[in-house]
Amino acid sequence: METFLGFDALILARVQFAFTVAFHFIFPAFSIGLASYLAVLNGMFLWTKDEAYLRLFKFWLKIFAISFAMGVVSGLVMSYQFGTNWSVFSDRTGPVLGPLMAYEVLTAFFLEAGFLGIMLFGREKVGHGLHMFACVMVAGGTAVSATWILSVNSWMHTPQGFSINEVGQFVPENWWEIVFNPSFPYRLAHTLTAAYLTTAFVVGGVGAWHLLHGRHDNRGVRTMFSMAMWMIVVTAPLQIILGHEHGLNTYEYQPTKVLAMEGHFESQEDGIPLVLFGIPDQEAGELRYSIEIPRIGGPILNKGWDASLAGLDTVPDELEPPVAVVFWSFRIMVGIGLLMLGVGLWGLWSRWKGRLYEAPWLHRAALVMGPSGFVAMIAGWITTEVGRQPFVVYGEMFTAEAVSAIAAPAVGASLIAFIVIYFAVFGAGVIYLLRLMAHPPEKGETGPESEPGPIRSAGLTGKSPETGEPGPEPHPAE
Amino acid sequence: MDITTIWAFLLAFAVFTYVVLDGFDLGLGILYPFFPKKEDRDLMMNSVAPVWDGNETWLILGGGGLFAAFPLAYAIILPALYPPIIAMLLALVFRGVAFEFRWRAVRPWTQVLWDRAFIGGSVVAALAQGITLGALLQGIEVDGRAYGGGWWDWLTPFTILTGLSVVAGYGLLGACWLNIKVEGEIQKRVRHWTRIFAFLTVGGIAAVSAATPFLDAGYFERWYGWPNILWVAPVPVLVGVLIFSLAKSIMWHGIDWLPFVLALALFLLCFVGLGISMWPYIIPTEITIHQAAAPRSSQVFMLVGAAILIPIILGYTAYAYWVFRGKLDPNEGYH
Repeated sequence: METFLGFDALILARVQFAFTVAFHFIFPAFSIGLASYLAVLNGMFLWTKDEAYLRLFKFWLKIFAISFAMGVVSGLVMSYQFGTNWSVFSDRTGPVLGPLMAYEVLTAFFLEAGFLGIMLFGREKVGHGLHMFACVMVAGGTAVSATWILSVNSWMHTPQGFSINEVGQFVPENWWEIVFNPSFPYRLAHTLTAAYLTTAFVVGGVGAWHLLHGRHDNRGVRTMFSMAMWMIVVTAPLQIILGHEHGLNTYEYQPTKVLAMEGHFESQEDGIPLVLFGIPDQEAGELRYSIEIPRIGGPILNKGWDASLAGLDTVPDELEPPVAVVFWSFRIMVGIGLLMLGVGLWGLWSRWKGRLYEAPWLHRAALVMGPSGFVAMIAGWITTEVGRQPFVVYGEMFTAEAVSAIAAPAVGASLIAFIVIYFAVFGAGVIYLLRLMAHPPEKGETGPESEPGPIRSAGLTGKSPETGEPGPEPHPAE
Repeated sequence: MDITTIWAFLLAFAVFTYVVLDGFDLGLGILYPFFPKKEDRDLMMNSVAPVWDGNETWLILGGGGLFAAFPLAYAIILPALYPPIIAMLLALVFRGVAFEFRWRAVRPWTQVLWDRAFIGGSVVAALAQGITLGALLQGIEVDGRAYGGGWWDWLTPFTILTGLSVVAGYGLLGACWLNIKVEGEIQKRVRHWTRIFAFLTVGGIAAVSAATPFLDAGYFERWYGWPNILWVAPVPVLVGVLIFSLAKSIMWHGIDWLPFVLALALFLLCFVGLGISMWPYIIPTEITIHQAAAPRSSQVFMLVGAAILIPIILGYTAYAYWVFRGKLDPNEGYH
């Protein structure tokens, strides 16, 4: 077989997909949360007429514009990756998955993109009411988009409602069963909540940074930190419950994945232990140096204290996922989730004590945890996607069958191009985002429509922006 | 008309809408090198800043629609055009982020960098789209249900010609768009470049039209065979009329939006010509639209949504253009 630097086209295509989709996932996850936050801020401003909300709206809107653009361009890549690298998959699953993705484009992408211009630049042109409508449409679009694509993804984990035709294509028989496949509601709830929680930590982290820099009197800073801490204390425990429910659903439909997550190499007869840590050795089929709590694993899986369990030793080797990856990524996700809960409770405690804005250690913790949602999300995703290997459509189609008959050098060269360009371009984007975040939300904050230099609000009637100063560019050294 | 044919027309509609909307917006990047002044460039970018994102969504619909309605064609065309497709996607990454990053760059050299990213991204994306078109026309080797050729098969003089023609055509659309959006001294320079790109575009159309019938005997028969020639003759005749009207509209200062409409009409006719050459194939001359079609249950499910949603999408897209209509004021936003 033709190889590129010793790798065959299959592994290169897998790395390429994992890389491009993981990079992409960061931006929409943030956009989903931020779009809703912006709609809330704008709504609060219109309702209370409190300038602090408008200030925050404009502050986060500039950040949203950059993050959204990165999401769009990295997402465009995804819609063609199926064909370039996974053409057998495309041919066979296209009849089922294609229409769902077409619905995603028609119901969500156009909605977001169509109203984004008005949300960013149109307040002066269309008035507060229609501008608010545009904000809600963008926020709704991001959530609808997540709904469709997670239905697609869930179907690949728990496929149903299809038959297979004479050329091997999955033919849709029942669309209701396809869209609402068994893992979809759990995955949707868990992933959307992850997006909101992740965004809450980013907002909280930015607020904490400004509080640590002595900006206690900035009402924008106080408001954003307070809103973020409320959001965290509500969504962090909710997310743990949803994650647990999702896990039970996975155990029902993809038990092998849960066995890998929990490190259960060996079958159990009398009580299932809960594995805290250990070093998975898949070759030997055992968990080395494991630290376990006896019997607790049963109740966690909705079984009895003395339940039995069929371990990975009952699964043929060729149907096992790479256990170590799943085992560790699951632990990273859960660990971060517990820390998030801790920060949420700490914030509640400080608030109760009336010291929410004067608690430097809480602020330090919130700052450090600022990007933790992204790590947890990627880790969770690795858990679920690696955990369903070696299948791409669980139980129906192997990943190895799905790849295009394409030359390894073509995949390898494009993989290198993706890695270099993504790090350069999105690295620059992250620097710009951090710069915007480092500058506090000031009174009279300018929005994207009145940035220095550009005339973002093209057209006839735009009133001149409210401030005379060019928008300050914070120094990176600040 | 059966549902597969409806889907072929719908997909053609999505691709053409993409060309109409994103063509001029890629064209601005193609024109950037000829407008080196920062204030001109700001103005050009602002003319599409509120709408470029929606424009690009039609490309996602084109890709997604092909995947959904003709999965076999999607599975063969994309591997066959692997390098130009990947180049196009990466080019669009550079171009898309340039819209936002350009305003965020603090140092002059980073601003220059994002301007170049915008130029390079626009030119490469247009070139790759033209190459894709040419490669499809010249034929793709099929082996069973997969692409059967090598990863450089797409590269021929003909595809280079179609690639360059699309770059010229998008440049023309961009210039015609600017003619609507700007006024005064810069409009004079825009009109100058409109003439140059119109000349290049017409040359491209002539060369591609002359070469296509010789790619394949089927194409020749369709355009020059008897009695087909009677049916297809209106296309070149109309192209001639349009070229003449376009020349008139850009030589003398008239209605600002007329050159844009005429250029789009020219694109539409070329698109119709392309359809005449390819029909009923989706991959000439290997796979017809019916062979590539998704099962009926997929097509029906999607058609319901498309029939309801596409008019709504066209409605709010038109509204967004309406909100940001009219000439740009170069002083607005400067302080």
